[in-house]
Amino acid sequence: MTIVYEALAKIGFMFALIMGMVVVLIWMERKGAAYIQDRTGPNRAAILGVRLAGLVHPVADVFKLLFKEDVTPTNRHRALYNLAPWLVMTVALSTYAVIPFGDFLTVAGRRIPLVVADLDVGMLYILAVASLGTYGVVLAGWAANNKFTFLGGLRATAQMISYEINMGLALLGLMLVFGSLRVTDITAGQGALLWGFIPMWGVVVQPLGFLLFITTVYAETNRNPFDLPEGESEIVAGYHLEYSSMKFALFFMAEYAHMVIGAALISTLYFGGYQVPWLPRPALESHAGLLLTGTLIFTLVMSLLIAFAFLRRASRERGKFQDARDREPGLGAGLWLIIGLAAAAGLTRQPWAVGSAGAEVFASLAQVGVFLFKLVFFAWLFIWVRWTLPRFRYDQLMNLGWKVMLPLGVANLLVTALVMAVV
Amino acid sequence: MSTGELKKGGWADQDHVPGIKSELLELNMGPQHPATHGVLRLLLKTDGEIVYQVTPVLGYLHRCAEKIAEGVNYKQWVVYTDRFDYLAPMCCNHAYVTAVEKLMEVEVPRRAEHLRVVTAELSRIASHLIALATFGLDMGAWTPLLYCFREREEILNLLERISGGRMLYNYMVPGGVRYDVPNDGWVESVLEFITMLENKKIKDYNDLLTYNKIFIERTADVGVIDEATAKAYGCTGPVLRGSGVKFDCRRDDSYSIYDKFDFEIPVGMGEQGTVGDCWDRYIVRVREIEQSCRIIRQALESLPDGSVQAIDLIKPVKVPVGAAYSRTESAKGELGHYIISDGGQTAFRNKVRSPSFCNLQVVEKVGVGQMVSDLVALVGSLDIVLGEIDR
Repeated sequence: MTIVYEALAKIGFMFALIMGMVVVLIWMERKGAAYIQDRTGPNRAAILGVRLAGLVHPVADVFKLLFKEDVTPTNRHRALYNLAPWLVMTVALSTYAVIPFGDFLTVAGRRIPLVVADLDVGMLYILAVASLGTYGVVLAGWAANNKFTFLGGLRATAQMISYEINMGLALLGLMLVFGSLRVTDITAGQGALLWGFIPMWGVVVQPLGFLLFITTVYAETNRNPFDLPEGESEIVAGYHLEYSSMKFALFFMAEYAHMVIGAALISTLYFGGYQVPWLPRPALESHAGLLLTGTLIFTLVMSLLIAFAFLRRASRERGKFQDARDREPGLGAGLWLIIGLAAAAGLTRQPWAVGSAGAEVFASLAQVGVFLFKLVFFAWLFIWVRWTLPRFRYDQLMNLGWKVMLPLGVANLLVTALVMAVV
Repeated sequence: MSTGELKKGGWADQDHVPGIKSELLELNMGPQHPATHGVLRLLLKTDGEIVYQVTPVLGYLHRCAEKIAEGVNYKQWVVYTDRFDYLAPMCCNHAYVTAVEKLMEVEVPRRAEHLRVVTAELSRIASHLIALATFGLDMGAWTPLLYCFREREEILNLLERISGGRMLYNYMVPGGVRYDVPNDGWVESVLEFITMLENKKIKDYNDLLTYNKIFIERTADVGVIDEATAKAYGCTGPVLRGSGVKFDCRRDDSYSIYDKFDFEIPVGMGEQGTVGDCWDRYIVRVREIEQSCRIIRQALESLPDGSVQAIDLIKPVKVPVGAAYSRTESAKGELGHYIISDGGQTAFRNKVRSPSFCNLQVVEKVGVGQMVSDLVALVGSLDIVLGEIDR
């Protein structure tokens, strides 16, 4: 039974992580777009007058979409029309099963690997589930019985199928280098050092493969510059044109869930996943006391500085709005002071002399934290690219996929194989 | 794809598999569509994504402005010209008052002429900024839109300071302009703005959009309007100049005081593809912004003193019997006003030749045989304003 509870706990954690990240990413996208475009971005929605820098907006969005009328086209294919958004969402969530978010955690003497399902053929699983994602989009486009959605669905099919081949080719090189189809093996392999000083990350041993892979991931998530299936200015909203209310919300969330997964795949396969560079798991555990003390001191100093900045703002802007918004800087200062106090409390408990059990927990948490950091960075990269580049045209996309990336992928595979055979 | 092949309906209109009828897809782009720049409706016949036939359907914004001209007097109709090309209303004002003044044979004060040129060129810059912005948006680039609107906002602020209106100004009247320069350093603000635009902002647009590889791929060699087609369809403005024809009413049929200024007429040269492609029309607008800045600087540096109104605005405008046609270069192209007067308070007939209307017609020819995305690029590069097409 324990193993069932473990699995359930891990699934719950993953689900919470993705859903939390979706909310954070929606916020990041809107705020990030705003800063890239030289404007302020969302800052109106508030809870009791506290705006949390726009973080209330995703919550407000959810409520808005929940209570909106669900307008459906009359001549839809009822079953498929209702199925499509769930299919998209389910597929988006299930890719995550094979991605490790940490090495292992020892709880009550049991060594729990921090991955939902450690499949032998994890890489194949990723490719297979990614292909399934096409179905939801195509069905949505077809079942809504609208010409624009239909065109969007067609574009999505062609795009996703073409780019899956390239994704497979890019991953083949990686599989050759690490000699395994198991995602945990590949991540563990990236903890090693190349020539003794460069972390053997996927991007170091497979630079071209990385470029191909990141391009295909962008294409698979239907994000700019590959957002043809929903090309706003051409086919209005593409495949999800006829969806509203919660069904639209599912497509919307699936897009961000795909972004989370794309970012997780990029960081897991090419940037060492949970591996802290130059600090493999044994080193993390043996230096846990030092690292923990350093982290706590850093947190303490930073939170005090931020709290101080908030306090200065509070005194500078006293009575600026004459309403609840005036409480915001004080609240921010309080929040950071609490974090600082927690760090200080941690420091009084002699973190430099942490025991071996504590060291293990610390090492696991550090790995999860590093993984999350990489994930957020690559998610930000998605946003950055979207607000910078224009969109490809359909035939240009196909040319890029079949005439440029496919030969490059094959060449990359051949060169990798040759090098592997010689070395 | 040859035109003959397309006329037959091409591949899709024949039955290739016995028993399965294949036909062209009829697609209704608009009147509510993000890329038709207003209430334009494009009736497409496509084979998948390839366009076989495109028919623009107009009239969704028709407001009988020309008929109204027969009912309101000459000064009152200026406000209706604001609403033609609402992105460059000063240019429309200018075109109309030029026609009325031709009929009245009135001498416009020098200071008023300078102010007209400055405001009209500011309006032109604002209009071109929107053209760049929405063209980028049609290509899927969002950020240039916000950048261009940021600069347009500055222009609206400047024009608000001189005319009181942010979008519809009603600034020019027969015989001059309504208001003189405000006493708050307006001239310095304009000079400061155009210096900033010339030195910094245009470089930003070029870095972000103009020379972006994907943008060039999407626009070069797309929607090519050759010189003969452009002339045959009566295209004017940046569309005609994009096709390599060096024609500009400000220079070739000079009105107002444009002959006093030193400026160049940029034309499309096929730098990234063929002469007359979407990229050429785009770059012509970018370069025209620079030239407009030059004109504004010259006009403001030589701004004479004196009155800004030749006739008493409180009395009704007296227009003798006769007819007059004025052609001016608005932001979109050649804007003409043909006025017939019977000596009364109102015009007997007022016909407007709007550039967007003529420019749009070329879609029917050039849009054929392209992909839907290219059609969006073509319409975007024509920079049409529906208020001017339907009037």
